[in-house]
Amino acid sequence: MSAPLRRTVEGGAGWVLPVLLLVGWEAAARLGEIPPTILPAPSDVAAALWKLTVSGDIFKHIGVSAWRALVGFAIGGAIGFALGLANGISGISRAASDTTLQMVRNIPHLALIPLVILWFGIDEEAKLFLVALGVFFPIYINTLHGIRTVDPQLIEMGRIYGMSRLELFARVILPGALPSIFVGLRYALGIMWLTLIVAETISASSGLGYMAMQAREFLLIDVVVLSILIYALLGKLADSAARLLERAFLTWHPAFQPQ
Amino acid sequence: MNIAVRDTDTVAPPAGLRFEGAPFFLPEAKSAPLPAPAAREAAAPSGAAFTFKGVRKAFGPKTVLHGLDLHVPAGQFVAVIGKSGCGKSTLLRLLTGLDAPTAGTLEIASTERRADITRVMFQEPRLLPWARVAANVAVGLSHMRDRREKHAAALSLLAQVGLSDRAGEWPAVLSGGQRQRVALARALASRPRILALDEPLGALDALTRIEMQMLLERIWLKQGFTAVLVTHDVAEAVALADRVVLIEDGAIALDVEVPLPRPRRRGSPELARLEGIILEQLLGAPA
Ligand SMILES: Nc1ncnc2c1ncn2[C@@H]1O[C@H](COP(=O)(O)OP(=O)(O)O)[C@@H](O)[C@H]1O
Ligand SMILES: [Mg+2]
Repeated sequence: MSAPLRRTVEGGAGWVLPVLLLVGWEAAARLGEIPPTILPAPSDVAAALWKLTVSGDIFKHIGVSAWRALVGFAIGGAIGFALGLANGISGISRAASDTTLQMVRNIPHLALIPLVILWFGIDEEAKLFLVALGVFFPIYINTLHGIRTVDPQLIEMGRIYGMSRLELFARVILPGALPSIFVGLRYALGIMWLTLIVAETISASSGLGYMAMQAREFLLIDVVVLSILIYALLGKLADSAARLLERAFLTWHPAFQPQ
Repeated sequence: MNIAVRDTDTVAPPAGLRFEGAPFFLPEAKSAPLPAPAAREAAAPSGAAFTFKGVRKAFGPKTVLHGLDLHVPAGQFVAVIGKSGCGKSTLLRLLTGLDAPTAGTLEIASTERRADITRVMFQEPRLLPWARVAANVAVGLSHMRDRREKHAAALSLLAQVGLSDRAGEWPAVLSGGQRQRVALARALASRPRILALDEPLGALDALTRIEMQMLLERIWLKQGFTAVLVTHDVAEAVALADRVVLIEDGAIALDVEVPLPRPRRRGSPELARLEGIILEQLLGAPA
């Protein structure tokens, strides 16, 4: 079998099981094996998607959720990145803040939800705060770790060749820390969706989580399942985007070399 | 050039010499007529001489070098050998200014800044994995501003080490020997007057090693820098160097000339004899 053909077949093989599951699910639902109050048929979910698309509601909710995710991520990620850089480079900064941050890290951020509701009510700030806090730590920890583990021999080499501090940072330290920063980025993206799902489910007046909770009240199980699927899809999308970035920035990395 | 190169303007013979009986030690060689460094390559800046005077280096309570004296004339190729941990790397770090001596002085016969005229090559190539081969060489060209000029210079340096066709590659895809050649090109980029080599060939296989030795010798002959090669391979030392220095107990225990003509034939009886004598001293020396 030729290599491209084999790759196509192997790639296709991964899809056989999901397709079978879907067909089985549809059949079982149609035959009444799965009561519609437990799980709707895939075709019903598709119909719900169509209805919400026509009414435009779905775009509104996805838009609100994506906005919260991105803004929260930008705030938490930027602070985490900046502090990670500062503490990676400066011993004084590290001594001053790292212990405190490591202590705060032990508090699960979702445990703060009651407190956050007291502080912010159920406004946007509450959700942005939770997402930012959740995203902060993986970015901070991995940026710090990346910078602290840059090969000291390379740093010495940079000094020997007369690099200024700025050059040393831009040409040696930051690129050396990048693989670790990307690990943090992908991890943070996962936390970002997770936090948002929980926050929107508990308290919101718009967004995907709100849509799901509303649907639950009216027993629209197809819409509940639909919103779960959309969450999964958005999570996958964010991860793929991060992978794409990783590929673009780490072309030099042995893991991304064509064999 | 048929004789080991030694400059006429040198001062006293190396201190701590105790190898009077060696057949190859020629104290008179210093007065032999020499080709001027200019004869090697017109535009090249020649090597710089340097002198360690009573240099002591301690790390905390542990003294590594006890008052080491060593004079190396301009353009000489010195090999430094000694048991692991005896302070060879420390010597190079002092020479290149990466560390400062605890006591004693180190003089370099040049008015330029030491950081500008010394370069060091390590056992690891220390290439930036995220920079292409040409960009890695350009790290050594910090004195040039113009990007295109830099790239052109990097390409010509790569040609010198036989790697012109790999300029656009990532270091990860090169072999160990090729990476060391890139590191050599980078070290040569600023035309150093002293090149310190800390076991740069130690991790290479035997054939690649010999190839690299010949490349190194060819470039040294052409550019005339002062070369200080740390090696654990006595055969390599006698094949390449004008002079072999043995460090033991923090000082120079043996200082021997290698007055054999170049190019030297590997495996020749003269080289083998000299290697034997040095090894005997190295192994037979009281611990
Ligand atoms: N920065 C340092 N701090 C403490 N000890 C050191 C340091 N650098 C070297 N040493 C010690 O000095 C001795 C000589 O080291 P080195 O010059 O690297 O030996 P080698 O001859 O193998 O190159 C070793 O015992 C080593 O442990
Ligand atoms: Mg060493």
